[in-house]
Amino acid sequence: MSEAPQMPEASAPKKTMTVSDEVAIEIEAMNKWFGAFHVLRDINLTVYRGERIVICGPSGSGKSTLIRCINALEEHQAGRIEVDGTVLSSDIKNIDTIRSEVGMVFQHFNLFPHLTILENCTLAPIWVRKTPKREAEETAMHFLTKVKIPEQAHKYPGQLSGGQQQRVAIARSLCMRPRIMLFDEPTSALDPEMIKEVLDTMVELAGEGMTMLVVTHEMGFARQVANRVIFMDQGQIVEQNEPEAFFNDPRNERTRLFLSQILGH
Amino acid sequence: MSDVHARTVAYVRESEIPPAPPPEAVGGVVKWLRDNLFSNWFNAILTLASLYAVYWVLAQSLPWILNGVWNAGSLAECREILGGTSGACWAVLSERWNQLLFGFTYPSELYWRPSLAFLLLLVCAAPVLFPALPRRMLILTALYPFVAYFLIWGGSIWTPVLTAVGFMVGYAVYSRLVTQSFAMGFLAGTVAALVFWSLQGYLVPPLSTVAPIALEAVPSRDMGGFMLNIILGTVCISLSLPIGIALALGRQSSMPIIKWISVIFIEFIRGVPLITLLFVANVVLAYFLPPQSNLDLILRVVIMITMFASAYIAEVVRGGLAALPRGQYEAADSLGLDYAQAMRLIILPQALKISIPGIVNVAVGLFKDTTLVSVISMFDLVGMIRGPILASTDWNGVYWELFGFAALLFFVVCYGISQYSQWLERQLQTDRR
Repeated sequence: MSEAPQMPEASAPKKTMTVSDEVAIEIEAMNKWFGAFHVLRDINLTVYRGERIVICGPSGSGKSTLIRCINALEEHQAGRIEVDGTVLSSDIKNIDTIRSEVGMVFQHFNLFPHLTILENCTLAPIWVRKTPKREAEETAMHFLTKVKIPEQAHKYPGQLSGGQQQRVAIARSLCMRPRIMLFDEPTSALDPEMIKEVLDTMVELAGEGMTMLVVTHEMGFARQVANRVIFMDQGQIVEQNEPEAFFNDPRNERTRLFLSQILGH
Repeated sequence: MSDVHARTVAYVRESEIPPAPPPEAVGGVVKWLRDNLFSNWFNAILTLASLYAVYWVLAQSLPWILNGVWNAGSLAECREILGGTSGACWAVLSERWNQLLFGFTYPSELYWRPSLAFLLLLVCAAPVLFPALPRRMLILTALYPFVAYFLIWGGSIWTPVLTAVGFMVGYAVYSRLVTQSFAMGFLAGTVAALVFWSLQGYLVPPLSTVAPIALEAVPSRDMGGFMLNIILGTVCISLSLPIGIALALGRQSSMPIIKWISVIFIEFIRGVPLITLLFVANVVLAYFLPPQSNLDLILRVVIMITMFASAYIAEVVRGGLAALPRGQYEAADSLGLDYAQAMRLIILPQALKISIPGIVNVAVGLFKDTTLVSVISMFDLVGMIRGPILASTDWNGVYWELFGFAALLFFVVCYGISQYSQWLERQLQTDRR
């Protein structure tokens, strides 16, 4: 068992202006195993609408698996996950509904290489939302402009740089008008020069009140944007706090060690 | 010392170097020859030896080919005309031309029908092969099988028309129910079509008396020659591709029954020689089918070859599916696409693109394997040569000319398929354009 206490309710993060009392994601006593390996242990997490949460932790700590459980890319074996008022069950229709409400950005972008940028962005709106093609294209161009690459709309993903591809991936998710965005190490596969352009896009998105769960090692981003930082280790939530307190006064020994390692150079 | 060191290392660029064109390749024929054929003495010897080998083959074969006789009634007559000089007896091709193409029992006054069907095949396959053509032309492709059947086999026009109507009935039922569930729509559509087709036998005779539109019927046993190879090749390739894709997806399915049916089918069919399956089609199937059911021999052979090829295509497509990164499946899932959409829009377009060389390999192999039907006494091109032509007293012994011609026909078709597939691969290449 972890010696780290779960956050008591009293010290729950103070909500800023953009955070409402409405619950976006509710995770209760969630457990997950990969075979015999207990990868997520008794996860309890409530995310309010408009919150920006950064999840960090050493590799193998289960942070990616946690957010992948939220849109059922991974199945959890025990506990309860409620997204936007819908409880995740194994019913495929229910899963597809949740997935169309929750956007996801991957470490390796996962754009569809056989489709143009514009087609990447219009595919899901056309087929899942049944949006007319013209309208879907207008929406796509709107979001491509927002991530500052409208001029690439008719190219293929293979012709873009990594940073551009990741921005397209963000735009592709936004085209479904999701209420929640999940980011799974969105900048880990990028060159240092390109990290900034992707982070800028995410900062802008945060400024508009999007509910965001971000797995990242970008501590600067966490300080600037997050309402809450969660530290995970060995499948457990070890510590969570507002960024100032989290970085300046980490309580748990493992958190201190982790922070000293990633901030120490 | 360190002073000097710093002075030599520190550097600041003050002027930009403009981009320059690459150096002119020092070209010319002589340089090319020296680089590629005579780069050292060993390569020079190899070049000369190869040139001599090419010369020798041509010196032996060209006079024989060019000195050939095109007009003669028999091999003996050929030899007489040649008068002891070396030369091919091409006369067998001109004299037996129709037999080589259509077999020896297809009525000669009806040759225009399969010929027209072949020309239409070229037109109607085009929209499938060339994505640039207008999509509306696919209607031609959909109608083609029924038109071609009517032209080649003849009989009442109502048989192919009602068969086509059966497909439409099935599709109508499918599209009505598919909104609820794909499996339900598919099953109900198939059942509806089968019910319609089983009633079809009772509908054709009255319709034929009311509107007697018909061509002279030609039974399957009269089909032969290269026509038979093309019929079998076209039908089996176009059927085995969708079945193979379905089997490949079935093998990946999370539903155990579908998965095991696919695995057992693929492994069993791949483990059996095609010739065994053809003998089954010819002889054994007759014992298993009810005695009154008179399943056409060509249909039986088509079923067997299609099963055989689809098992191979399934494995090729499975390779393509396995080559796709997991992220593609996850991205499709995370956008809320359902299974059918994800497969059709994201996974299969990419997996099939990867599989093109393997699919073409199977298709070319299948087309050549259609000559195996000659061992179950069907007179395809090879069957015609081995049987009626070489067995005749006129042409007994004309091996080189006949088999060379057969090889040439197959080569032209297979090389065409191969060139098309390479063109298609270049068309689909989106990552390096």
